[in-house]
Amino acid sequence: MAEVTLLGFWPSPFVYRVIWALKLKGVEYEYVEEDVVYNKSDRLLEYNPVHKKVPVLVHAGKPIAESAVILEYIEETWPHNPLLPKDPHQRALARFWTKFGEDKSIALCTFFITEGEEQVKATKEAQENLRILEEHGLGNKKFFGGDEIGMADFEFGWLNLWLPVMEQIAGVKVMEAESFPRLHAWIQRFKELPTIKQNLPDHSAMLTYFKDRRAFFLASAKS
Amino acid sequence: MGEEVKLFAVWGSPFSRRVEMALKLKGVEYEYIEVDLQNKSDLLLKYNPVHKKIPVLVHNGKPIAESVVILEYIDETWKGFPLLPKDPYQRAMARFWAKFIEEKCMPALFKCAGTEDREKAVEEACELLKLLENELEDKKFFGGENIGFVDIVADFIGGYWLRDIQEIVGVKILTRENLPKLCEWSDEFVNHVVIKENLPPRDKLIAYFRTRFGPKP
Repeated sequence: MAEVTLLGFWPSPFVYRVIWALKLKGVEYEYVEEDVVYNKSDRLLEYNPVHKKVPVLVHAGKPIAESAVILEYIEETWPHNPLLPKDPHQRALARFWTKFGEDKSIALCTFFITEGEEQVKATKEAQENLRILEEHGLGNKKFFGGDEIGMADFEFGWLNLWLPVMEQIAGVKVMEAESFPRLHAWIQRFKELPTIKQNLPDHSAMLTYFKDRRAFFLASAKS
Repeated sequence: MGEEVKLFAVWGSPFSRRVEMALKLKGVEYEYIEVDLQNKSDLLLKYNPVHKKIPVLVHNGKPIAESVVILEYIDETWKGFPLLPKDPYQRAMARFWAKFIEEKCMPALFKCAGTEDREKAVEEACELLKLLENELEDKKFFGGENIGFVDIVADFIGGYWLRDIQEIVGVKILTRENLPKLCEWSDEFVNHVVIKENLPPRDKLIAYFRTRFGPKP
């Protein structure tokens, strides 16, 4: 068995955070695709019995679940090309914004699984949170991490591809460039980074997958 | 070293008590500032514009919000009485369980105090606490021989908050029949030399819960 294994699911932004971290630090790993929607493997259920989700990082046989926890572990185990700054207050800010991303992930994505009035309301809520993120989180920095990318940039990395795919499928524009100029500028910088550019899921496969998902969620909501 | 540590808190909040426990365990002097949540000061809004909540720790003028983020900061800044273990894998486990308590247990427990579908809420909360209890195994504390990160994050469960709310609301969640090991742990928690001096006054807490969750006249 490889020293480092990542159990993942190809359209998951949570999994991609871990991929980006491992790639940034040049850590060799074996990737194992899990069918989390229809057929979770025994291995996944053994490695993440509490949540039964991906990503799970397995290092020297020991499993770790929850992407934010995995990123902290990766940072401590392979400290070069750091994801967190040295200064304790800056580290706290990076963790604060990472937590903001985790806590607001549902609020930011509800527009995708709703329609009509509900979707209008969900879109407004997503925009309020993006406004806070842009104003207080990113500000005038080049990246969330400052001059270099860090943990918080990976937390919001989904905004660069997953969000436009979701907007296209759901038929709403949540993050207009004119309304969120700094976030848009950050996205342009983020997606040009080799680590990111070379590690993104296939765009058309994403469109197909998310189209299916939206149909599924809307149908479930009606039943 | 000219340290200035201020904590914006609320006497009954398990979230701000987490921070106080950490500071006290490490012997860090701080200025306590009680916040009136019905009338938030400009200073609080300046220090936590994103969430406008407590706790906020201000160290040498720099604010940090979110109790679990503050705990990590405290552990990195004051090295005495480490809250997280040294080993990276053990640290990951501690962070995992802290997240589990924060994101799964706490919302589930608050739902039990609500009036919607209480039976289902209690069942769910018990299942989650059972998972937490399994993690404890035969350890005295989640941190091992002494209190650690997870114990502090679990203060709502280990301290008097849960037991008093469940009695007032009339539900059975943390009981010796359901969760014997977790009950034993909570006894150790409230009797810990530092923790017992840093729990909110119990009668004041009970009176507050009666007002908030008790049967309406």
